[in-house]
Amino acid sequence: MKKLAIVLLVALLVAALSAACLAEADKPFAGTEIKVYNWEDYIDREVLNLFEEETGCHVNYVTFSQNEDMYTKLSTGAESYDVVIPSEYMIERLIKEDLIAELNLDNIPNLENVVDSMRDPIYDPGNAHSIPYMWGTLGIVYNTEMVTEPVTSWTALLEKHNGKTFMMDSMRDSLAIGLIVNGYDLNSDNAEELEAAREWLLAQKDSGVLDGYILDQAKDMMAGNEAAMAVMYSGDALYAMEKNDALAYVIPDEGSNVWVDGMCVPKSAQNKEAAECFINFMCRPDIARMNMDYIYYSSPIRQVAENLSEEEMASTAMSPTDEMLERCEFYIDISTFENGWLYDDIWMDVLM
Amino acid sequence: MKRSWYATPYALWMLLFAVVPLLFVCWYAFTTPEGAFTLSNFQEFVKPRYLGVIVRSLKLAVYCTVLCLLIGYPTAYFLAGRDFNHAQSLVVLILLPMWMNLLLRTYAMMTLLDDNGVLNAALTALGLGKITVIGTEGAVVLGLVYNYLPFMVLPIYTVLKKMDYSVIEAAEDLGCNPIRVITRVVIPMSVPGIVSGITMVFMPAVTSFAISTLLSNGKIRLAGDLIDYIFNQSSNPTRWNIGSSFSLIMLVLILISIGFLRKVDPDNEGGGMW
Amino acid sequence: MVKNTRAAKTFRTVWMAVLMLFLYAPILIMIALSFNASVSRSQWTGFTLDWYVKLFNDPAILGALKTTIEVAVIATIISTVIGTLGAIGMHSMGSGMTNVLINVSYLPMTTPDIVTGVSLMLMYLFCHVPLGKWTMIFAHIAFDIPYVLFSVMPKLRQMNPNLYEAALDLGCKPLQALWKVIIPEITPGIFTGALLAFTMSLDDFVISYFTSSDMYPNLSRIVYSSTKLGVKPTMYALSTLMFITILILLVLVNRRTKLENL
Repeated sequence: MKKLAIVLLVALLVAALSAACLAEADKPFAGTEIKVYNWEDYIDREVLNLFEEETGCHVNYVTFSQNEDMYTKLSTGAESYDVVIPSEYMIERLIKEDLIAELNLDNIPNLENVVDSMRDPIYDPGNAHSIPYMWGTLGIVYNTEMVTEPVTSWTALLEKHNGKTFMMDSMRDSLAIGLIVNGYDLNSDNAEELEAAREWLLAQKDSGVLDGYILDQAKDMMAGNEAAMAVMYSGDALYAMEKNDALAYVIPDEGSNVWVDGMCVPKSAQNKEAAECFINFMCRPDIARMNMDYIYYSSPIRQVAENLSEEEMASTAMSPTDEMLERCEFYIDISTFENGWLYDDIWMDVLM
Repeated sequence: MKRSWYATPYALWMLLFAVVPLLFVCWYAFTTPEGAFTLSNFQEFVKPRYLGVIVRSLKLAVYCTVLCLLIGYPTAYFLAGRDFNHAQSLVVLILLPMWMNLLLRTYAMMTLLDDNGVLNAALTALGLGKITVIGTEGAVVLGLVYNYLPFMVLPIYTVLKKMDYSVIEAAEDLGCNPIRVITRVVIPMSVPGIVSGITMVFMPAVTSFAISTLLSNGKIRLAGDLIDYIFNQSSNPTRWNIGSSFSLIMLVLILISIGFLRKVDPDNEGGGMW
Repeated sequence: MVKNTRAAKTFRTVWMAVLMLFLYAPILIMIALSFNASVSRSQWTGFTLDWYVKLFNDPAILGALKTTIEVAVIATIISTVIGTLGAIGMHSMGSGMTNVLINVSYLPMTTPDIVTGVSLMLMYLFCHVPLGKWTMIFAHIAFDIPYVLFSVMPKLRQMNPNLYEAALDLGCKPLQALWKVIIPEITPGIFTGALLAFTMSLDDFVISYFTSSDMYPNLSRIVYSSTKLGVKPTMYALSTLMFITILILLVLVNRRTKLENL
C-alpha cells in the first residue's frame, strides 16, 4: 500500500510540476531577467514578487544611495541595467548624454494613470524617456520635544538644539540649502552665489552644531529620539513620524526642492521590452498604492492620489499644499553650466 | 618540460593583476583625460582641502599607532614572559579579531559606542550621564586601534619570544634593577619588532576607508574616503586622474615607510606578517 | 623576561583581562543582540531567532551569500593551483629569479587595499570590462595567490631535494614525478594555503568594493550598504554567522599550523 501511495504522490507531483511549467510558459517574459537599479529602501519588495509571478520575468533588484553614485556606475559603462530610477535633474543629464533610451509608450499604456500635472514634465518633454515613480519634497524633520519653537526656516540648522542635528550626505540637497538660505536660486550658475553657499555650509560644519552628514539612517535616528533635527525627504520624514508622534515635518518658508524620480531604461539595457513591462506594472494603481504604503512617498498615479485618506491629505509630507509647492522648485541639471563644476568642488570641500 | 615553467601562470597572473594595474594608476596620475602628460594632478593636493585630509589622516593614524604601541608593547611583553602559563591561548585570542571582517569589527564598535548603545546604557544604569562618543575624533581613533591592535602585538611578541634570555640574566647579575633591564636591554633588543609593528599599524590606518565615516556619521573623513569619493561620486571629468595621483601619493608614503622598515630591520626579524 | 614580583603578576592579570574585554566585548555584545527580541540596543526583551529567520528570507542577503561563497570557492581553487605550481616552479629556479618573483608576491600584500582596488578598477574600466562577479574573482585570485605561495614554499624547502631526481631515475615521467612525489609531500602546505586563501576571500571588503558592482554584491558590501541605513539586528545575525564561520575555518587552519606562524 505504501508503495502505491508513493507512486500516486509522485504522479501528483509530476502533474503539478508540469502544470506549473505550462503556466510558466504562458507568461509573457518567462525565463527572462531584468536588472532594476533603484534607491535604497524605495520599494515594497512584495511588488517584485508579484511582478515575477505575473510575467515570469525575474527581477534582479539592486540599490544605490545617491544620484551621483548611480551616474558614475551608469556612465562608466561599468554595469548594465534595464531599469534605473533617478531624480529629475539626473534624468535631464542622462538624456543629454544619451545614456537612456526613448521609451516605446505603446508598451506603457498605464501612463494614462499618471496625473496630468506630472505628465510631459519640463525635464523630459512628452515623457519620452521617463515615467514618474514617486515624488516628494525636501524639508526639515524635528522633534517638537527637543526643539520647542516651531521651525520655519533653514537657518534652524545653524542653531544649537537640545539634541543632534544632521545634514544630508547629498550634494544637490546640501548645496540647495546653502543657496536658498542666502536668498539665491537652488539652481544657481553664479560663482559668487555659489561661493556664498560654500561659506554657509563650511561655517555650519565648523560651528559645532552639526553632528554629521547621513542618509537613510536619519529616519531611524529621528524615530528613536536620537536626534533633534535632520534634513530629510518627505517620505522618510513620514516614515519616522509614523513611529514617533513628537516629530514634525516642515518645508521652510524660504523655499525648497520638489523632486520627481522617474523610471528610465538605459541605452545599454539588455531587455528593453520587459523593462517597459515593469514600468507599466509599477504604474498600476494597486501596485503604486502598495509601494506608497511601504515607502511613504507620494505617488503620481491618479487613482492613488485621488483616494488618499484624510490623514494623508492633511500631511505636509504626503500632500503639501499648493502654497507650499509654490515655493518649491525642481533641480535642473548643472553639468552643462559654466560654473557647474563648483557644485562638486564645494561639496568636496564640505565633506572633506 | 622544465620544472621552472610551472611558475609561468603565477608570473603571468601577478603581472597582469598586480603589476599592470599599478602601472595604470601611474599612467592616469601623470596624464590629462585626453592622454597628454601633465603634473597638474599633483598640484591639486596643495589645495587646503586635500592637504587637510592628508594631515588629518596622518594625525589620526599617528594617534592610533602610538596608542597601539602603548597597549601592544606591554601586552606582547607579558605574553612573551616565561612564567606566563596561558600565553599561548591568549596570543591566539588576541590575533583572532585580526581575521574578522573590518566592517564587522567597526559595526561592533558602533553598537558599543552609539548614543543609544550598550556603553551609554551601562553608564545610565550606573547613574552616570550619557556621553557622546560617535562623531568625535576619539571614536575614530578607538575604532582604528580596535581594528589594528593585533598587528602591533604580533611582531613585538615574535621578537621578544626569540630573545636570548641569558642576556637578561646577565644584566640582572650585573646589578640592573628590573626597570633598567627593561629600558636598557629588553626594549633596545626588540626594536625590529617595534618598527615592524609601527609600520603594520600605521600603513592600514593611514589608508583606512569607511571606518572613520561610519564612526563619525560622515563628519570625519580620511584619505581612503577621499579616494572613494573621487572615484565613485565626483562628477569632475578629471576624477580618474586626480584619484590616481592621490592613490599614488598614498602608495609612495607606504613604500617610504617600508623602506624605512627595511633600513632599521634589514633581516626582517620582526616581520611576523610577511 | 624579568622576574616578576607578586604585584607585577597581579598587574599583568588585570592588564590582560581589560585587554580581552576591549577586544571581545563589542563582538560578544553583537552576538547577544542578534538574539534580542527588541530592536533596541540598550534593552534585553527576550530571546528570539527572528533575526536569523529574517536573514534567511531576504533575497538580497541570500544572493550575496551565494556570490561570496562562489567567489571564494572559485578564487581558492584557481589560486591554489596557480600558487602551488608557482612555488614548485620557483623552487627549481636560481635564487636570483626566485627573489624577483617572490617580491612580486609582496606587492599585493604591501600595497594598501584601497590602492589595489582602485588600480584594478582602472584597468578593468580602461579595457571596457564591465565590473561584476568575474572581475571580483580575478582580483581575489591575485591577492589569494601569495598566501598559497607562502604556505607551500616552506614545505618544498623541507622536502628532500633528491626525491624528485630519484623518482625520475626510477623511470617516472616528470608529470608523474610531480603528481606522485612532490604533491603528496607538500599537501599540508597546499591545504593551509587554500584555507587561508578561502578565509581572505570571504573576509575581503575594500578590494571587492572597487572591483565588483552593486549587481553582484558580496556579504561585506551588503553589510556596508546597510550601515548607511543604520544599525539593524539582521546585520548582527549576519555578523554572528560570519564570525563563527571564520572561527571554524581558523580552527581548521590552526590544526595544520600554529596560528602565530601565519
